[in-house]
Amino acid sequence: MVSTDTAAWPAVLSVILVAVATLGVGAVGLRLSRTTSDFYVASRMIGPRWNASAICGEYLSAASFLGVAGLVLTFGVDILWYPVGYTAGYLVLLALVAAPLRRSGAYTLPDFAEIRLASRTVRRLASMLVVGIGWLYLLPQFQGAGLALRTVTGAPRWVGALVVGVVVMLNVVAGGMRSVTFVQAFQFWLKLTAIAVRVLILAVAWQSDGAPDPSRPQLPTVREATTVRVPDTVRLRVDEAVPVTMRGTLDGVRVDGPVVLETGRRVVEGGSEVTLPAGSVVPHVESVRAADGATWSQPLAGAGGRDHPTYRLYSLLLALFFGTMGLPHVLVRFYTNPDGRAARRTTLVVIGLLGAFYVFTPFYGAMGRIYAPDLLLTGRTDAVVLLLPSRMLPEPWATGVSMLLVAGAFAAFLSTSSGLTVSVAGVLSQDLLRGRLRSTVRGFRLGAVLAVAVPIVLSFATLRTSLADTVGLAFAVAASTFCPLLVLGIWWRGLTKAGAVAGLVVGGSLASGAVLWTIVFGARFTDAATSVGSSPGLLGALLAQPAAWTVPTAFAVMVGVSLLTRRTVPKSVGRTMVRLHTPERLVLDRGPSRREP
Amino acid sequence: MAAATRPPNRPPTREIDEQTDIGEVYMRSLLRAQLRRGLTVLAVVAVFLAALPVLFTVEPRLASVRILTVPLPWLLLGGSVYPLLLAASWWLVRAAERTERDFAELVERD
Repeated sequence: MVSTDTAAWPAVLSVILVAVATLGVGAVGLRLSRTTSDFYVASRMIGPRWNASAICGEYLSAASFLGVAGLVLTFGVDILWYPVGYTAGYLVLLALVAAPLRRSGAYTLPDFAEIRLASRTVRRLASMLVVGIGWLYLLPQFQGAGLALRTVTGAPRWVGALVVGVVVMLNVVAGGMRSVTFVQAFQFWLKLTAIAVRVLILAVAWQSDGAPDPSRPQLPTVREATTVRVPDTVRLRVDEAVPVTMRGTLDGVRVDGPVVLETGRRVVEGGSEVTLPAGSVVPHVESVRAADGATWSQPLAGAGGRDHPTYRLYSLLLALFFGTMGLPHVLVRFYTNPDGRAARRTTLVVIGLLGAFYVFTPFYGAMGRIYAPDLLLTGRTDAVVLLLPSRMLPEPWATGVSMLLVAGAFAAFLSTSSGLTVSVAGVLSQDLLRGRLRSTVRGFRLGAVLAVAVPIVLSFATLRTSLADTVGLAFAVAASTFCPLLVLGIWWRGLTKAGAVAGLVVGGSLASGAVLWTIVFGARFTDAATSVGSSPGLLGALLAQPAAWTVPTAFAVMVGVSLLTRRTVPKSVGRTMVRLHTPERLVLDRGPSRREP
Repeated sequence: MAAATRPPNRPPTREIDEQTDIGEVYMRSLLRAQLRRGLTVLAVVAVFLAALPVLFTVEPRLASVRILTVPLPWLLLGGSVYPLLLAASWWLVRAAERTERDFAELVERD
């Protein structure tokens, strides 16, 4: 008999350990950070390896840790494009943005906008976008933390979100960027070690179990009798009648004992418990179609029942390729490089480190299909990584690996949200709160509190989008706004203020419109965590993966309006190009350098 | 005597600083070299990545090929894409640094 719970105390212990370690490492950095410049960019004294570890530490978020594995379990091989795209985004960043952006001397994206276009309006617009994208990206981190803590301890969802939020706030408010750099680098190596060790242990367990093939040609089947708790009401699609034991409410009728789930649509109310007998096919939530092994393991076969898989795949790839450069917490790291050359080398190391991490993630999804297919009943497949140890290992191994997992997951939540919080707080305090507070450091702290509080409150509202999907939406918004601004701003002299404003407004509103529609209304069509984009038809696919049409539109508008207003090209553009593209060691006039904030 | 009427040979850095036409030529050649290389590498990688799903759709039998029990699509997407990305970036970094070195030597001569 398998149940969803493991003992709570080891998990609680590892959460506490990670939190204390994070605060401890942060405190070491705190002694070193005294001036405002330390707060923002760690005085630009950090070498490529530290910097790259730190970038990876905050980039590898809950989405890559839990979300991708969950999606692989449901949708199969097509999901492997997510990590590929997460990594390839850095190649685009390296080829087009890294060195010039560092040389621009900008601290934040709004700074870059102002330096390049000499416009307060573009700056303000960019600030609002940074805050919006930052919140959109923080939301799944807090949701994920809640989910993780509930999965391993049964604590209500808001507890995990609050724990992560408070630790991040303390750390960022006290230490600023320097300490965060150390923390992030530390977190990356913790995560990489943790995932490698776990995969090794689980792989041994899988081998000694006779190495069952996750893609054997059949529907997801539980191996042993499995009890599933259904926290929220779900509508099930039952393809094959299953005799189960149930305590709860089925199709509006109280049941306590054996009952047969007949084929068709069935409604299981929240709070019910369903025990599936060994060897039975798992009934899926309505939004997910059960996929046999061949469909699941073949590209573009439409496993899981999302329509238009080809469009979705290419649009997603576009969002991930071009969205990475527009993520505020990634870009802020580039200002901590000493020069443009170091910025490039940092990016190179990042690509290597990310690859080393992502080769491990598909394994979890594949194991999930064998050992935890019952998650498809509730659709909460984001929990798969956390459940596997208790399903695959004997005690005390299960508890040990579980602790490592929870520690790794919380490290991921903490590091990503710290990075995001620093950048959102920086922009909030520099641009949107400026003038209201006399002290910059105090402004930064107030910014940090705001940056964390808003998405925490949002995460209490139970949005039913899967983690990796919400993150994908943040990428889509970034790709439709900051990507054209950066690429055109760096390589094309003809970009004007009016063009930038028009492109940001059009790209930003199209992409965030699609995102809002998908999050708010898309979920009404379905029951569960797999809901993003399961609203029917081509329109649903277009809105769930908007990048394929919003990114070209934003580029076209930015170029078109700039051409129409070409007489307003800023006079400083020649000087700015010298600054962006020439190596620092050349003695050249690069225009007035920015004062430190 | 004709040589004496030509303006004195000025260092290219000054041409760039004064934003003369010659300075512009230096800058444009630098930008063009870096941009062209960046876009070429991206195009090659993008075509390779975008072609993978098409390949498996056109030739479904490839998808069922297994290497050491791992199906080919899983192996390609889950593993061998990453060394490729790393190699492309390594080459890009080296080439970009070389271009900058050449540019520096070019404009620093007197």
